[in-house]
Amino acid sequence: MTEIHGLGSPRKRVEDARFIRGQGNYIDDMKLPGMLHLDIVRSPYAHAKIKKIHTEKALATPGVLAVIDGPTLQKYNVHNMPTLMSDTQMVLPIDTVKYQYQEVAGVLATDRYTAADGVAAVEVDYEPLPVVVDPFKALEPGATKVRDDKESNHIWHWEWGDKEKTNKDFESAEVTVKENIYIPRIHVSSIETCGCVAKWDATNAHLTLWMTTQAPHAIRTVVALITGHLGLSEEKIRVISPDLGGGFGGKVPAYPGYVIAVAASIVTGAPVKWIEDRTENLAADSFGRDYHITAELAGTKDGTLTSLRFKTIADHGYTDAAAQPSKFPAGMFHICTGSYDFKSAFVEVDGVYTNKAPGGIAYRCSFRVTEAVHAIERMTDVFAQKIGMDAAEIRMKNFIQPEAFPYTSALGWEYDSGNYPLALRKAMDMAGYEELRKEQKEKRSRGEFMGIGISSFTEIVGAGPSKHFDILGLKMFGSCEIRVHPTGKAIARFGTKSQGQGHETTYAQIIAEELGIPADHIKVEEGDTDTAPYGLGTYASRSTPVDGASAAVASRKIREKAKKIAAHLLEANEDDLEWERGRFFVKGSPDQGKTIQEIAFAAYTNHPQGMEGGLEAVSYYDPPNLTYPFGSYICVVDIDRGTGKVNIRRFIAVDDCGVRINPMIVDGQIHGGLTMGFAPAMMEEISYDENGNIHGANFMDYLLPTAVETPKWELGETVTPSPHHPIGAKAIGESATVGAPAAFVNAVVDALSHLGVTTIDIPMTPRKVWELMHKHGATLEE
Amino acid sequence: MSTHHISITVNGKTHEADVESRLLLVHFLRENLNMTGTHIGCDTTSCGACTIRLNGTPVKSCTVLAVQADGMEVKTVEGLVENGALHPIQEGFHEKHGLQCGFCTPGMMMTSSALLERNPHPTEDEIRHAISGNLCRCTGYMNIVKAVQYAADKMAEKVEA
Repeated sequence: MTEIHGLGSPRKRVEDARFIRGQGNYIDDMKLPGMLHLDIVRSPYAHAKIKKIHTEKALATPGVLAVIDGPTLQKYNVHNMPTLMSDTQMVLPIDTVKYQYQEVAGVLATDRYTAADGVAAVEVDYEPLPVVVDPFKALEPGATKVRDDKESNHIWHWEWGDKEKTNKDFESAEVTVKENIYIPRIHVSSIETCGCVAKWDATNAHLTLWMTTQAPHAIRTVVALITGHLGLSEEKIRVISPDLGGGFGGKVPAYPGYVIAVAASIVTGAPVKWIEDRTENLAADSFGRDYHITAELAGTKDGTLTSLRFKTIADHGYTDAAAQPSKFPAGMFHICTGSYDFKSAFVEVDGVYTNKAPGGIAYRCSFRVTEAVHAIERMTDVFAQKIGMDAAEIRMKNFIQPEAFPYTSALGWEYDSGNYPLALRKAMDMAGYEELRKEQKEKRSRGEFMGIGISSFTEIVGAGPSKHFDILGLKMFGSCEIRVHPTGKAIARFGTKSQGQGHETTYAQIIAEELGIPADHIKVEEGDTDTAPYGLGTYASRSTPVDGASAAVASRKIREKAKKIAAHLLEANEDDLEWERGRFFVKGSPDQGKTIQEIAFAAYTNHPQGMEGGLEAVSYYDPPNLTYPFGSYICVVDIDRGTGKVNIRRFIAVDDCGVRINPMIVDGQIHGGLTMGFAPAMMEEISYDENGNIHGANFMDYLLPTAVETPKWELGETVTPSPHHPIGAKAIGESATVGAPAAFVNAVVDALSHLGVTTIDIPMTPRKVWELMHKHGATLEE
Repeated sequence: MSTHHISITVNGKTHEADVESRLLLVHFLRENLNMTGTHIGCDTTSCGACTIRLNGTPVKSCTVLAVQADGMEVKTVEGLVENGALHPIQEGFHEKHGLQCGFCTPGMMMTSSALLERNPHPTEDEIRHAISGNLCRCTGYMNIVKAVQYAADKMAEKVEA
């Protein structure tokens, strides 16, 4: 008998079969007859007037067919496009560029080498303009204005919480602490860059757009909104997201290249391919983070945290091209009270324009949650350090207690479930925490720098309930459509899109658990807007909480109908039937039953009169709440006195993601997530010089961790089911990226705390650590 | 742009072509031969997604001109399956969940299969160093290491048998 592979099965992935044979279907693998190639001319300046674009030489290059510039697109009114934050982004500029590597013109040619030749042959006369790269300077009176269409460089102000009470609580507090924390601009850098193939069929007025998107339906709607005035309505647009070589948030937005490719296909009537190179990807696609946080905590001398006050400057570059739910321009930054029971809190964020690439998307996290977690987990340590309390003790003392759930935070979120002390205790036991503290004391007495860092994070994922969550007005429900075939096999389609998470494997397991059909008999499809039910895609750890819930609910709808068919087949009363996984039987007579396969066959061959035939269901699942995965991480570091190099000796990660659908995949997600927490903590940063020249526009300058630097992770788990999710699952894809950075920083600060060090910004490069140590009096020899 | 007549044997089959001198080997494989299992992830020889084996040696095919490979033997991910059976390294990646999005996987497998031929019993550190020219953004490398160890064990069993 074929194994069911329901919940908890470490089922091997079905996706692997094609990937290990080199038979994946990624965007650049597509080739259509007569396909043209688009390459893009980009600005060398961060801010400049375009005086003239000389296209003669390019057009004289054999194989170059056209050069498309802003004025060309303006004729069709597609030179600008809305961002997901309802700001405006240039597809191609009319007369001014606003950041280095901004798209200036598109070159269309018969092959990619010729297109690149064409780009090199386009000459552009620029008149450089003053540049502003520092968001604080951008807010000063008289600062260079980034946007001609706006009053100032200030985009928006957002605040949340009880300001008055928080201020009062701070005034009366026994102890307060304050630090400036900069969380630098980073880039998701999926190993596959972005790209598309646009195919306009003039005869049928139909556009097929294969593109690297995490949210194909949302893109279809956006394309219809941008091009509606040209007659391109939604039923004439098919968006297909093929296999994606990673996403992590970077493949949520629409980038100008996609739009230029669509325009080029419509103009030429030929399919057009656009594939960006790594520099374009790093320099022009949406970045993550870039939050300047001033964080304050208030509490008592004995270590009770009472109040939190965060003020943040968010650098968005030249346009707000973030991807947040419409009501929350700073995403869910107000999860920043974290795992602790605060009495009051107030948070405010100001968005700012600068002459840098646009963005503000998540880097493998749910809507600014990493920034929030980083700040609270750092500040908890800062507070503990000030009053001389142990980092574990202050957490245990202030945790929201297990019996307090559902718990409403000082900033209004309703946490679904949690057991924070259990997760931390488990991590401490795995680490041998008390022994480590003893060792640290001994080492410190010998002049060695050893540190132990804790991060006890709470995430907020699974956007989301329609009363609060939409993007451009589109509600963020989940979707699943299941069709059970006559022979008892099934196909299931979803409004999400895997980028490596293994949906083809895990979604089938949910349905297998609910219906008893072996997972191997269930085909899962995503990514094609013509076939999948409408959904907002995969990001912010929403697939399991939202579409995974849809899978369970749609399965249960099928089971309801199956029960009626079983009653008919068994000539029994429906109420007398009982369900065991895969089979209905008559209560008290377990021999008398019908399997789901027999029922499926009957649904097409012998269904009750008066009932519709077939066995299918659709669920559009509107979650009642978000889910709140959590965990406790412990990092142990040794710092080289001579070089400032941080050696990550151990990293223990205890995660609680609720019910685990596939433990093998859960562990894989945690490994990857931790590595993407390690990366910005230790290596990754995109910075700019004062002229707006980007540092970090290729993999020689923007350092991704290799197998050599990456620590060996030690995993542990606790399981606290979500009370409102149909199968009790919460999500795991991003927890580790969210929770890990603060653990690394806390460990490094802990190693140097006796010198008076209270904070360090990431990435903690050897040079930065060395300078900090030596500024605080550490010398080469003790 | 001058063109050159080249002859390259890919996975045992010889292909002749007239190519521009600037054509990269990775583009020759992907576009001229339609063998798209070899991927491109950067422009600076950093990521290793394009790793293939050239006369047995793992090289990044984005940094080799097709004309340089004239007369040589190329092995790509498409050539790992032999007589319908998966190579132990392919089995290892599947069994140990050594891949997620799959984009770096072909390059990883080409590098690590070469490692196992020159060092059949690598330590974990040796594996990590061997694959340090191949970037993976999904797995955190731990399961890739396990996949290579799995393949090493499997290949050792075969040798004994």
